[in-house]
Amino acid sequence: MTDLTSSDAVPAPRKGSLLTQDARTKQRNAKEARFRMMGLIAVTIGVLSLVGLLTSILASGLSSFQQTYVELEVYLDPAKLDKKGERNLTDIAKVSTFGYAPLIEAAMISAIERTGVTSDVANAKAAGELISKEAPATLRDFVLANPDLIGETVQFDLLAAGRIDGFFKGRVTMESAALDRNVSPEQLQLAQQLKEAGILTTKFNWAFFTAPDASDTRPEAAGLGVAIIGSAYMMLIVLVLSLPLGVAASIYLEEFAPKNRWTDLIEVNISNLAAVPSIVFGILGLAIFINMVGLPQSAPVVGGLVLTLMTLPTIIIATRAALKSVPPSIRDAALGVGASKMQAIFHHVLPLAMPGILTGAIIGLAQALGETAPLLLIGMVAFVREYPAGPPEGFFDPAAALPVQVYNWTQRGDPAFVERASGAIIVLLVFLVIMNIAAILLRRRFERRW
Amino acid sequence: MSTGYITLIVLGLCGLGFFLGRARALATSKATGKKLHSLPNYYGQAVALFTAVPALLLMLAWLFLQPLMIEGRVAGMIPDSVIPEGGAKSLVMADVRRIADGLDALMVAGHMSESDLDAMRADFTDIRNRLGNVGVALGSDVPVPVFEAAKELRKSQNAGNFLMTLAVLGLSLGLLAWSWSRVHPDQRARNASETFVLALLIGASLVAILTTAGIVASLLFETINFFKMYPASDFFFSTVWNPQFRGGSDLGILPLLWGTLYVSFLALLVAVPLGLMIAIYLAEYASKPLRAFAKPAIEVLAGIPTIVYGLFALITVGPFLRDYIASPLGLGSSSSSVLTAGLVMGIMLIPFVSSLSDDIINAVPQSMRDGSYGLGATKSETIKQVILPAALPGVVGAILLAASRAIGETMIVVMGAGAAAKLGLNPFEAMTTITVKIVSQLTGDTEFASPETLVAFALGLTLFVFTLGLNVLALVIVRKYREQYE
Repeated sequence: MTDLTSSDAVPAPRKGSLLTQDARTKQRNAKEARFRMMGLIAVTIGVLSLVGLLTSILASGLSSFQQTYVELEVYLDPAKLDKKGERNLTDIAKVSTFGYAPLIEAAMISAIERTGVTSDVANAKAAGELISKEAPATLRDFVLANPDLIGETVQFDLLAAGRIDGFFKGRVTMESAALDRNVSPEQLQLAQQLKEAGILTTKFNWAFFTAPDASDTRPEAAGLGVAIIGSAYMMLIVLVLSLPLGVAASIYLEEFAPKNRWTDLIEVNISNLAAVPSIVFGILGLAIFINMVGLPQSAPVVGGLVLTLMTLPTIIIATRAALKSVPPSIRDAALGVGASKMQAIFHHVLPLAMPGILTGAIIGLAQALGETAPLLLIGMVAFVREYPAGPPEGFFDPAAALPVQVYNWTQRGDPAFVERASGAIIVLLVFLVIMNIAAILLRRRFERRW
Repeated sequence: MSTGYITLIVLGLCGLGFFLGRARALATSKATGKKLHSLPNYYGQAVALFTAVPALLLMLAWLFLQPLMIEGRVAGMIPDSVIPEGGAKSLVMADVRRIADGLDALMVAGHMSESDLDAMRADFTDIRNRLGNVGVALGSDVPVPVFEAAKELRKSQNAGNFLMTLAVLGLSLGLLAWSWSRVHPDQRARNASETFVLALLIGASLVAILTTAGIVASLLFETINFFKMYPASDFFFSTVWNPQFRGGSDLGILPLLWGTLYVSFLALLVAVPLGLMIAIYLAEYASKPLRAFAKPAIEVLAGIPTIVYGLFALITVGPFLRDYIASPLGLGSSSSSVLTAGLVMGIMLIPFVSSLSDDIINAVPQSMRDGSYGLGATKSETIKQVILPAALPGVVGAILLAASRAIGETMIVVMGAGAAAKLGLNPFEAMTTITVKIVSQLTGDTEFASPETLVAFALGLTLFVFTLGLNVLALVIVRKYREQYE
């Protein structure tokens, strides 16, 4: 009785109308609105950072799918390429790429004269610098493949130098060229005129997907060929090893394992493995697969094994969820008509759980495809120009991997490599999007609600 | 014979075994007039399993163990006198391996035959040139013992491979014959093959244990080696990190630990409030269409590979912070900084906090909300005073998991935080973390005898213990304090 009357906490009875808010209610409502606003802002920031991330990568990487080429008619001078005139391949092969550079310079000069462009570019060498240092090698490979064409004039699409390519993409400007030892403003002007004359053209950059990596000084020639093959090999190994292992482990844990300490240990182990930092798996790969077993460094087989161990927990967790979602009535029905437990699971439960399992496997693969850190430790950062052989020998050849190639390019000096790295990221993201869409479609198409 | 061909042959035998077993079961049943105990396929399956699995397991074990045994023996052949000043035995062993590979290449190219090789002596013939011809470049002329070791290595490898081929195919054929001879209508073929399959399932589930054991063993083993060369007290308590590849380096973990914790702290400072508010808004306020759009969009952030975030830090966030904040304020001029890495990592962690918290908030029963509304509380008061306290253990667990991610994250800090080991407070300065140093000490040509390389294993072990501790703590908190609603 007394508590009620003496308490100050009880607000005084309302004096005003119910329709007008008193100060405290107003304050509380304002607080509510502020809180709600904060939530909305947080969601906006979250979505905006996704958008910002993607636009920044797209903005700096999309241009790598275009490349400037120089269309030149090169006279394959027999006096320089085959002095003996016997068309003997070993003699022709003795001419190094240095022997081809003058041919390209001569072709460049004649092309400039033909179009009637007047330029301040001083000499043939400076005009030749508009073309990539990779071009003589392209020419040499062509001549070695077609020695009969020596003495004729052949039309080539040669890569333009990285700086010239950068000029048309807006990365190199007249001001930056004035400070640059590798290119002069006069050369850029010449390039501009040649572009108008149609000798320099911009085309879709197929070589970006097929060419191997290139050295520091020729970013225009660098491509993802070896990295895509390396990543594909690793994904193949991961799929072949982790799917059966993961499914087998989950079937045991979900359907057969007795509830005891041993099973508990395995389960805790798996959930912990899922949270171990990826770089620790790299250390494991280095110590066990390379140092102990003696597998070669930078080989897709080592990368595949390491990524398999990393993906296994993801697949196990997804598979167990899929097995759990198959209702017990299916098992009971199978057992009831006389199937053994193994038959019930392999003939009935597993096929019904398959869409869920495959979805999990694809998501695990997507994770493995983007993983970089462990691959750095097992030597996938090496500079690899040779394509690995076909499987299975190719699994043991040195190769690169998509995400590691990105890292590799960001560590180089020339800013043109940043564009390449962003382009490689776009390729990687496209692969990931395809995999995730496949997973979603699979789930939509085959998922059953019981 | 290469392992690929052996595998193919064993698989072929396995298929053959299936048909032979099945055929024999049907034939004997017909001849004796007895009914088969199991379906005919099970007889085939039992034979096939016995043919393939033990042989393949033997091959796997052999591939693991053979290099260990042979290399140990060959390494014993190398006297200390040929090990160059300041070099290590492992480098000489690398030479031995390359010479052995080169000799193989010479054989394949047809420049040399086995009898030539036996007669060949390193001091007489110019090994270096001949190996150079097949693309094996050697730094210096080959000392006699090294060349002898390479010959021995090659010989034992070839012998080992031959023995393995023999053993694997022998085992496969032997078991094929044995299990085929046991096929009989009374044989309980289904039970046999099901027990076999169960054993395989158990084996698969042990891979997880083996992996953990492998991680712990490789980390511990090399860490012990490291502490034999470098005092543990210096490692744990020195504030200087200055590796020198000529020896005499300071390898104190404290600056790295500081960098790791600083970056992770900044990342959590970004991720926890944002993630939590996102979870609250999406669970309590958002309209259905907004939720259907925003929730997957934010979860996409978790699916993006970390290298993408690293590149984002490197080309966008780093230069932005430097040009618009750090330089004008005079706080620093480096584009890689603790703040860059922390900010980008924070974005990466948002979905880790938000989706877990979202699930937990949704698990709080509606009746608790209704009770609070009934007492006159506004929505935000309900959230702050009823829902969050009820969801707290789960939210703390989510934050701890995010923290363990942050500590173990590699690519963002490698590309965004810099490489200078410093103990400082300025977030615009470049600092470095444990993971960055593991990468930098272990990439390139690694030689497993110097403390500068082995320190990476000690760092890895520290990282492993830290993240494991956080994960276990998260698990315990969630299990112990989780509210059980009926």
